[in-house]
Amino acid sequence: MEKLITNIKPPSGLSIGLKELWQYRELFYFFTWRDIKVKYKQTYLGILWALLQPLGMMLIFTFLFSKTWKIDSGPIAYPIFVLSGLICWNLFSSSVSHAGESMIQNAHIIKKIYFPRLIIPCSAMLVALFDFLIAFIIFMVLCPVLKQPYDWTAIIYFPAGILLSLLAAAGLGFFLAALNVKFRDFRYALPFLLQVLFFASQVIYPLQSVQQSFYKYLLALNPMNAAIELFRAPLSPVSPDMRIVAIGVTSALLLFVIGLFYFRKTEAYFADLA
Amino acid sequence: MKPAIEIRNLGKRYKLTTSPPYVALRDVISDSVKNIFSKKKKPENSFWALQDIDFDIEPGERVGIIGRNGAGKSTLLKIISRITPPTTGNAIVRGRVGSLLEVGTGFHPELTGRENIYLNGSILGLKKAEINKQLDAIIEFSGVEKFIDTPLKHYSSGMQLRLAFSVAAHLEPEILLIDEVLAVGDMEFQKKCLGKMEEVSKKDGRTILFVSHNLKAINDFCQKALLLDKGKMVLYDKVKTITNAYITSLDTGKIERKLRLKTSKSIYFSSIKAVDGSRKSKFVFSNGEKIAIIISVENNDWQNDFTIGFGLNCFPKGRILISHKVCKSINMKLAKEFIVWLPIDELTPNSYSIDISILDDKKEILDSMMDALSFEIALANTKFEGLGYDYGIISKELTWQDI
Repeated sequence: MEKLITNIKPPSGLSIGLKELWQYRELFYFFTWRDIKVKYKQTYLGILWALLQPLGMMLIFTFLFSKTWKIDSGPIAYPIFVLSGLICWNLFSSSVSHAGESMIQNAHIIKKIYFPRLIIPCSAMLVALFDFLIAFIIFMVLCPVLKQPYDWTAIIYFPAGILLSLLAAAGLGFFLAALNVKFRDFRYALPFLLQVLFFASQVIYPLQSVQQSFYKYLLALNPMNAAIELFRAPLSPVSPDMRIVAIGVTSALLLFVIGLFYFRKTEAYFADLA
Repeated sequence: MKPAIEIRNLGKRYKLTTSPPYVALRDVISDSVKNIFSKKKKPENSFWALQDIDFDIEPGERVGIIGRNGAGKSTLLKIISRITPPTTGNAIVRGRVGSLLEVGTGFHPELTGRENIYLNGSILGLKKAEINKQLDAIIEFSGVEKFIDTPLKHYSSGMQLRLAFSVAAHLEPEILLIDEVLAVGDMEFQKKCLGKMEEVSKKDGRTILFVSHNLKAINDFCQKALLLDKGKMVLYDKVKTITNAYITSLDTGKIERKLRLKTSKSIYFSSIKAVDGSRKSKFVFSNGEKIAIIISVENNDWQNDFTIGFGLNCFPKGRILISHKVCKSINMKLAKEFIVWLPIDELTPNSYSIDISILDDKKEILDSMMDALSFEIALANTKFEGLGYDYGIISKELTWQDI
């Protein structure tokens, strides 16, 4: 049998360590499986919660902003408009908050056993993705029910929106996960940060309704605007604003690279700090 | 054949912090602001937990690591199991490493016993296929078959432990690291585990690194041993040579333990030692001798009454007695010594350790230390000699009558 040879050295240099992540893919699977399983254990409604939450929010927002304040959502019916934004936003925000908390929650394991630490925030994000997929299926079913068609470009735009949400969430999530180990302050800052980002994302209002283009493109730095823009594209005859998308993709990539490298740079010392 | 583990010039430095290891952002910001205004740089407070460690372990060898508390034993295992990185040097490890630094790592109370076997197994480095193959053996070995599909939170702590050990005992890494896990659990099950480990290690030629305070366990189980002291390597040789060296090093008066050199605590333990009838420091006490512990306390600025106490633990069975004394306040910047005689006639030949603490009048801890001191009572020339393995914890003559 081929022997595994490990050379243990002081940390130096930076690499993503994809090969090692692949070696540990089963552990990755088990962490995700554990989190999904635990999340809905001892709940009466089980995974129905993944549906009730966005649907409930959809009803509230529709009542508030469509019926009361009359926000113009363009060619998309407001309930679908807000639901499409909400499920993307939920994917992003629960990915970020699960990933951000994940290292502290698993500190007891980190201090005892070695494995690539990146598995922990990644599997926390997969749990959010699992919830998203359930909500997404209902969304696809609900569109025809509410007489909102989507065209064939959905095959490209839906995955593009989802991937961009995940990319941005991973960047921010890795960064916060690593910071949280060292500075517990970020635990308390995170809900506030997410709240701010929520209002800076075009969930309840269309970004195109922002009149001054300076503010519009400033808001586009929030990658979730681009993600929702892409995700909504198949629902509307108007094609997505590619400038918003380009700005969002760039900032998501930047966020991802910074988050990943900060995580990789500090992970060796997690066990000493946690 | 190349060595299973090659360690070269390995060292680990920790930064010393007085606050908890995680930091508040506020302090970092305020410190950096202070640093702008004052030219003085804070002296870097660090210490070497390990330094210049150099040795090889051949495949199939069972090596014990011996040393006092704080000698760096656990740090060494943590580096080899890659939990924490070294500061200098390197270690080449040939083969898959399984560590029993903590059994039951990652157990989740909401999952069933069976689910936890998969989770814990994969955390400990088993592949899913390997767990499938071993599942029945693991369940049977644990002795909790009846409850295997019940959530873990309904298990007693003993049952959880048995399940955890059972997974750990079925690990099949080429190199196994064990850190005194055997200090917990009931005696019978411990023996079963040690037996199982010995069986596999002899059969498959598994390499084992075993950290323990229990010299007897190391003597029985290992062929070679490494003696560490204050992070440095003292000796690496046959196990007999090492345990003897360890006992004599302890016996020649070096056993007074300095506990804290500098601290911000208002009142603290400065040293502790175990002495015989003539107040001579010792590690091994034999039948007929007296034992006392001498505890020194230093006062920085504590002005109230306080309570000083200790707990005596018998290894591996746990706490056997506690004792305390309420003291009147003592002058600041003053040291005080206490001597307490232990009831040696009622103790059995075993390894013992002492936990100490100082409490204030509201029973809040001012200073405390687990395993501050350890000593042994020798088996030779006692009534227990030749009476098997386990002598219990109380030595007492009982009357037998015919009826």
